[in-house]
Order: sequence, then structure tokens, then C-alpha cells
Amino acid sequence: MSHVAIVDYGINNVRSVRNAVEYCGFDPVVTHDEDAIADASHVILPGVGAFGDAMTNIRARGIDAMLERHVREKGKPFLAVCLGMQLLAKTSEEHADDNVAHRGLGWFDADVLRLMPNDPALKIPHMGWNMVAKERSHPILAGIRESNLAFYFVHSFAMRCNVESDVVGYAQYGQSVTAIIARDNVVATQFHPEKSQDSGIELVSNFLRWNP
Amino acid sequence: MFKVRVIPCLDVKDGRVVKGVNFVDLRDAGDPVEAAIAYDAAGADELTFLDITATHENRGIILDVVRRTAEACFMPLTVGGGVRTVDDIKTLLRSGADKVSINSAAVSRREFVKEAAEKFGEQCIVVAIDAKRVKRPGGSDRWEIFTHGGRNATGIDAIEYAQEVVALGAGEILLTSMDRDGTRQGFDLPLTRAIADSVPVPVIASGGVGNLDHLVDGVREGHATGVLAASIFHFGEFTIRQAKDHMVRAGLPMRIDP
Repeated sequence: MSHVAIVDYGINNVRSVRNAVEYCGFDPVVTHDEDAIADASHVILPGVGAFGDAMTNIRARGIDAMLERHVREKGKPFLAVCLGMQLLAKTSEEHADDNVAHRGLGWFDADVLRLMPNDPALKIPHMGWNMVAKERSHPILAGIRESNLAFYFVHSFAMRCNVESDVVGYAQYGQSVTAIIARDNVVATQFHPEKSQDSGIELVSNFLRWNP
Repeated sequence: MFKVRVIPCLDVKDGRVVKGVNFVDLRDAGDPVEAAIAYDAAGADELTFLDITATHENRGIILDVVRRTAEACFMPLTVGGGVRTVDDIKTLLRSGADKVSINSAAVSRREFVKEAAEKFGEQCIVVAIDAKRVKRPGGSDRWEIFTHGGRNATGIDAIEYAQEVVALGAGEILLTSMDRDGTRQGFDLPLTRAIADSVPVPVIASGGVGNLDHLVDGVREGHATGVLAASIFHFGEFTIRQAKDHMVRAGLPMRIDP
């Protein structure tokens, strides 16, 4: 059986994602080696940390070009999580220098903006469990009841998609928060499925069995 | 709808749960990993380990506990106790912790919070604040920071300190009232509210929970984002589900498996 590539771009805590893949009965390999990505059945881009540093590391290791070839051109099933999802946007204003936004991978016509909930009692980061309301169905949500679409979020910035049809689901936090996006073989979640107990594990398991 | 978090906390010493956890079906009441698995299955929203291991030689044991917990539990895990260096944080995160809580090391050197947040991201840096009401002759009472389990006074104002560590990059505050801890009289609500209303990040209330109404009060009166408790859950007095059902009846948004 082929393995699942978890893209390593120098962040510290990929262990939870690896544990979740193992728990689902698959073989995770944490790597930034092109052969390992090429041979993988599925690719996961985890994400914790700052946008600018992440993009710097991704470019320095040539990961952007590898993902372009194996995910975008060859259509390998791909899941991006949290910051990993935000990296798929065109720009992010997180810690932007002199108000010049960081450039992302640009796979989605979207921008990453600071969360600005309209209720001053709501705290930033948006940290905790929130419900996701589906805009449409998607194979990674198969079998998860709507009432169980509660997932664990930790973020201060969120993606705003310019193409409505890219959005699979939103959460509400004093504003609409893009929670799941998808197009073709690419799917991404703002929340951490690997930290979202049964619903999260079901989502990861659905992804690992997905053959778009 | 955004949910209120219920967070059980396990005190761990030399790899064992202090005083044990009294659940049905637990083979080993002192094994923190078994307790974590039970809380995961019970629907806890998050779990906290507080490592109170005193000896240097045994400090590494918690890493193994964290590693084994992260292999079996897919929920957020915070680990605190004796975190003094950037390396301490790195090894805990690498072992599978999602958040690391810093207590006295931040009191003695505030810059540590900044270094940690810059290196690992604000979302995984929790600052634990132990506060106690202090009478001031001729002035109004205030809350001050205490260290070493409430024994050592620092003279630092708790509200100012909370604002300071948040400005330095703390992504969450774990607030314990040393006046209420272990009393079962409920959270110190004026303290919780004073801190929660003065910082933009989530505040977790801790110290003093004796019944389920106290959990509701912590959110409603104290403005906490989450509530942490130990003994009411460990000794089987209430289950996580009972706590959540009670909070739902009080009108709070909770995550419950229907």
C-alpha cells in the first residue's frame, strides 16, 4: 500500500496529523522529498504558525513547485489544514510588512484577512469548537450528521473567497468564517480535523479514501 | 454556534495522576493516559495536564505521557508545569501537546512569553495566572499574582499582568483563583470577569468548582470562554455529559453528541 505524504516545511507539531492518519489505518510519511510526494496516494499540508515564515520555508524547499506538479497537474488528492488552507490563497495580511500583503500559493481566488467579529465580546483567536454549516455536500463530509459538524478552530485570520462555489461550509463567529473550501482534487479546512474527535477523524478517514 | 469549552485538568506527578481518577471501567486509576482516553470518550472539549513532578530526573516522564495521549486522543491538549525554556516548549509540542502553559517563568521574565509566541505562534502559548485577593490598607482590594501554589506574593497586579502577557503574545489565559482553589465554593467571579473583560484573548476560569452551577456562573457572570475543573470530574461526582447538559439547560451553547 502506498503512503500518505504529510508535507514537512519546518513546523513543529505535525505529530497530531500523523497520529490521525495512522489511527485511520494508513501509513503517514512526513517529508519534503519530491519522490515521497510523487509516490504518495494522498497529500496533506498541515499548518501551524505564521503565514510569512511558512511561505518562505515552502519556497526555500521548492515545495510550491512540487505541489504544483503532483497536486495541481497530476490531480493527487490533497488536504490542507488551518494555515495550510490559508497558504492556498493569493494573499494574506498576517504580519504584513508596511501593509504589503504576503503572497500565498494562489490556488484559490481568495485573500486571508484578520478576523473582525461584529461582537466585541468574542475573543481573538477564534479558539474552540464551532459548528460548520454546509453550503454544499462534499465527499469528505460523507456520513457525518449535520448536528455533528462541530470542529476545533484556532486562528486569528481567515480566508475570504471571491468565488462562492469554492466554499463548502462556513462557521459563524460574529462574521462568516470560511471553514471548508474545495475544488477538484483539492480540499482544505480552517479547523483542525485531527483535533476534532470523532467528527474530525471521520473527515480525515473520508479524505484518505477519496479518489476524485 | 460557538461553543463553551469544558476542560478537565489532570495533575500528574512522576507520570501518575495525583490522587487518582475514580471512573468506572478504568483499569488503572493512576494512569494519566487512560484517564485522558476516558475523558476523550466522554466528550471533553479539551484536556489539560499539569505536571507537578518535582525532581529533575523525572521531568522527561511527562513527554511520554503526552506522546501516548496524542496517539489515542484527538482533542486539544494543553500541558503546563515547570515550563521554563523555549526548548521545554519545543519538546512538549513535538511530543503532541497543542498548547503549552507558562506560569512562574513568565512572572520572573516576561520576555519569555514574547520569545515563545514568536517562535511557536500565539495560538499555542497559554499563560497561567494564579491570583489572590489582597487587602490594601486605605485602598480598595485588588488581585495580585502569586507563585509556588499561592505561597509567594509578587505584588504584581493581576489585571495589569494579564494585559501585559497578552500584549507580549499569550493566546489564552488560564486563570486560577488561589482563594477559591480546592474550596468547592465556585470560581472567584469578580476576578474572572475583571480579567476576561480586560484582555482580547480567551480566558479559562479555574479554581473552586464544587457543583455544576459554578460552571454556568463562570461563563455567564465571569465571562470566561471555557471552564476548567478537576475533582468534580475525577471523583465521578459528575460526568462531562452531565456538566454539559446542565449548561445547556442554563442556555449556554455546548457541544453535545445528540
